[in-house]
Amino acid sequence: MSVVETAPTFDLPGVDARSHTLEEYADAPVLVLVQSCNHCPYVLAWEGRINDLQREFADRGVRIVAVSSNDASAYPADSFEAMQEHARRAGYVIDYLYDESQDLARALGSERTPEAFVFDADRRLVYHGVVDDNREASLVTQHYLRDAIEAALAGETPPVTDTTPVGCTVKWRSA
Amino acid sequence: MRIEFLYWQECPSHPEAMELLHEVLAERGAETEIEAREIRTQEEATATAFPGSPTIRVDGRDVDPAGAEAPPSLSCRIYRLTDGRVSPVPSRQQLEEALS
Repeated sequence: MSVVETAPTFDLPGVDARSHTLEEYADAPVLVLVQSCNHCPYVLAWEGRINDLQREFADRGVRIVAVSSNDASAYPADSFEAMQEHARRAGYVIDYLYDESQDLARALGSERTPEAFVFDADRRLVYHGVVDDNREASLVTQHYLRDAIEAALAGETPPVTDTTPVGCTVKWRSA
Repeated sequence: MRIEFLYWQECPSHPEAMELLHEVLAERGAETEIEAREIRTQEEATATAFPGSPTIRVDGRDVDPAGAEAPPSLSCRIYRLTDGRVSPVPSRQQLEEALS
């Protein structure tokens, strides 16, 4: 599956009980969508760093939005109610949206959780892939997502534009 | 000693866990064969009480007994380490304790 080139439109419920659309983030100079979920150990390993990046870049207008598209009927731990509880317990400062139809995941071309998509001010994809190069925070040497955000804010091409996502598979509904 | 290694191909953590298991066995000078089994369906997961990939049992006992209580599922398994972190693979310490 190839990944998206421009940010797809969406209108999805968030764990804050509000609907969130692509247009809502129009003022953000950089928008990051992160395919995510509740129950994946790779998400659990990286979500704190994703949350920290939102804090770090908040005053520069960057928005990071996590999206769970997993089939909650097969994976109840990824239900919308479980998402709300997970976001509360983990102290999310990022928006966390429920893509029940899985349309956004398909539009993005997502395969894994977590999987990051960085869009510039024109909502063109400038980076896709992992957050960084190690699930152990103390062993990270390459900060791909942070570098991509910095580059996009500067109107430049990130030093690395694509990496292979590492994590759990998106849990698609049965046909 | 019987070592069972159950895994689900879609989760990427099993090669790392298998490598770590081999390392720990080698350090102990053990030449025990590892019985690897791929879990392919939810029915197989239920039948084998598979709480996620990978699951490692030594003489029938899970290397992380608390995590073994999770519902059978085709998913990546969450290991909770002694320092509070989570990991998709058991720690060296968990394997060493299970093999001792």
